[in-house]
Amino acid sequence: MKVLVPVKRVVDYNVKVRVKADNSGVELANVKMSMNPFDEIAVEEAVRLKEAGTATEVVVVSIGPKQAQETIRTGLAMGGDRGILVEYDAETEPLAVAKLLKAIAAEENPDLVVLGKQAIDDDCSQTGQMLAQLLGWSQGTFASKVTPGDGTVDVTREIDGGLETIQLKMPAVVTADLRLNEPRYASLPNIMKAKKKEIAMKTPADYGVDMTPRLSTERVEEPPERQAGVMVESVSDLVAALKEKGAL
Amino acid sequence: MDDPRRQSAQPDYDAFAPLLDGPWYTDEHRAFRESVRRFVEAEISPHVDAWDEAGAFPRELYKKAGQMGLLALGYPEELGGVEADPFFALILQQEVARAGSGGVPASLFSSGISMPPVAHFARDAVRRTVVPQVLAGDKIAALAVTEPGGGSDVANLRTTARRDGDDYVINGEKTFISSGMRADYLTVAVRTGGEGAGGISLLLVDGDAPGLARTALKKMGWWCSDTATLYFDDVRVPVERLVGKENQGFHAAMVNFNGERLSLAALCNGFALVCLEEAVNYARQRHTFGRALITRQAIRHKLATMAQRIRATQAYIERTAWAMGEGRQPAADIALLKNQATETLEHCAREAVQIFGGAGYLRGAKVERIYREVRVMAIGGGAEEIMRDLAANQLGF
Repeated sequence: MKVLVPVKRVVDYNVKVRVKADNSGVELANVKMSMNPFDEIAVEEAVRLKEAGTATEVVVVSIGPKQAQETIRTGLAMGGDRGILVEYDAETEPLAVAKLLKAIAAEENPDLVVLGKQAIDDDCSQTGQMLAQLLGWSQGTFASKVTPGDGTVDVTREIDGGLETIQLKMPAVVTADLRLNEPRYASLPNIMKAKKKEIAMKTPADYGVDMTPRLSTERVEEPPERQAGVMVESVSDLVAALKEKGAL
Repeated sequence: MDDPRRQSAQPDYDAFAPLLDGPWYTDEHRAFRESVRRFVEAEISPHVDAWDEAGAFPRELYKKAGQMGLLALGYPEELGGVEADPFFALILQQEVARAGSGGVPASLFSSGISMPPVAHFARDAVRRTVVPQVLAGDKIAALAVTEPGGGSDVANLRTTARRDGDDYVINGEKTFISSGMRADYLTVAVRTGGEGAGGISLLLVDGDAPGLARTALKKMGWWCSDTATLYFDDVRVPVERLVGKENQGFHAAMVNFNGERLSLAALCNGFALVCLEEAVNYARQRHTFGRALITRQAIRHKLATMAQRIRATQAYIERTAWAMGEGRQPAADIALLKNQATETLEHCAREAVQIFGGAGYLRGAKVERIYREVRVMAIGGGAEEIMRDLAANQLGF
C-alpha cells in the first residue's frame, strides 16, 4: 500500500504573527517557518502504517517555495521515503492545491492520501475535501483513528455527539485531527538518512494546473488589544462592577 | 509574561537566533537543532524546577534521549552510534542549555565522558555489549577519575587495582562522580603500575559489583544530577574489563577531556545566551521611575557587553570545533576556550541577576539557577587554573 502525504510550510505555531504595515497580510519576512502541525500528524500516521507493515511507501509532497524542501526533508526525517516539491512562490489556495494533488495522485496511484485537516495559516480546512471530490474517492475527515483493512479503511471521527466510525473503500482521502497521534521528534540517525532521500522538483506547469488565485484579500487587521483587568476585593464588589458594566 | 502591555510590544528577544549562521552549518545541523529544541521544550524545560527540588530526573529521560540519538553522537555505527561532526555536539549542548538547568546535562550526558574510551579501546566483546546499551539509554554510564586526595592531578591518583588471577582487585575512593549514584557502568581510572602517569589503567566496573558502595553528595547547584562518592573495597573486575592496555590509561583519559571541554564550553555559552535573553526580556518589561529598565544606559551597556562576550566566545567555540572536525586535537585552544566560556558565563550570570534585581534572587528564575551553577563549570572538567597551566605548556611558554 502506498501513502501520499501532502504537507504545507507555514509560519511556526510558536511565532506571534504580526500584520504587515500596509494591512495587506501577515509579516512573513524573517519569520520562522515549519511544517503545518496537522500535516505532521498525517506524516506520523503514514510512517506508523509503514512501521506496522501495512504501508510499503510513504511519499511526502509539498507545494510552495524552494524552502519547502526543508519541510519535506522534515517529513523524510520522520520516516517518509521520498519527496515531491511543486515549486510555487505565491500564496496557494485550496482549489489549486487540490487540482495539483489530483494530478500527482494520478501519477503516483496511492491507496491512501493522508493530510492535515487544515493548515494553521489560513485555517481553510478545504483541501482534503476538494481533493476527494475531484478524484471521486471516498473521504474520511477529522480522523482520530485510522485502521486499514482489506481494501478498506476504518476512520474514527470526532463529532459533536461523540465518536463516529466510518468504513471507506480505498483509494481514499483521510484528513488528520489533533488527537490522531503524537508526532515523533526526528532522531539524529533519521535526519542523517533523510539527507540521501530523493526529492523530485516539479512546477505547476508540469501538471497543467492554473494557479491563478480565485480569492482576493481586502484587508488584514490585528485583533483588538486586550485591556488590563482590575482586581476586585469581594464578591459584592464583583457583582457591583458587573452591574455597572451592564453585564448583570 | 501575561502582562498585556507586553503582548502588544515587540516579540520576545531570541538570543539564540543568530546561531547556526556560518560556513560550517548545514541543513542537517538546522534540522537537528529544530528537533532537539522541540524535545527540550516538551520533555525537559517544563520539569527542571520540580526535578531540582526532587534531587533527580526520571531515569526514562535517558531512554527518550537515546531514542532520538542524542547519546549516540560521534560513536561508530556498529555500536549503535551516529557518525556526526563536532557541531552536532555543540548544537545539542546549546539547545539543552535553554532549559536553564546544568544538572540535566551533567547526568544525562555522563556517558559522553565515560563511553568514548570503552568504544575505542575496550575488548571487542565488551564494547559491543556495553556501548549500544548506553547509547540507547537503557543503561547509565559514568566516569570515575577524581579522588578525595586530588582532582585535576590525574597522574597521581591513588586508587589501586592489583592483579589476582583473572581479576583485578580495586581499593580506593572516587568523588564528585556525576551519575555516580545511578550508573550501571563505571569507567574507573586506577593505579596498576608504579608512580606517575605510566602506572594508570582504565577499568570498566559494573554498578552492582560487590564491595562497591556509594554516597550521594549535596551541592550548591546541579541538584537534579546524582553526584556521588564511590568506595571500592576489594571490588573484583575480570581482566577482560581492562579498557586499552595496562598502564596506558593516562593518555586515554586525557584525550577524552578534549571532547568534554568543547561540550562544556558550548554548554556554558548556551547558559550565557539564556542569561542575555532573560535579561533583555525582563528589562523590557520592568518599569522603574516611569520608564522601562531597558531604556537606561547603565542597563543597555550591560546587555551589549554580555552580547559582545558571548559572540566572541561562540566564534572561538566554532573555530575550535572546526579544527577538531578536521581531526586535530588543539589542546591549547580547548583549554583556553573552556576558560573563555566559563568567564563569559560568570560575567553574564552576574549581570543577568543584577538586572533582575530581587526577582533574580528567587528560586524558579532561570538566572538564579544558572548563577549558582557557574562555579561548577569553572571547576569541573579541568579547573581554570589548570587550564591556564596546560595552555601555557602547550604554547611552549
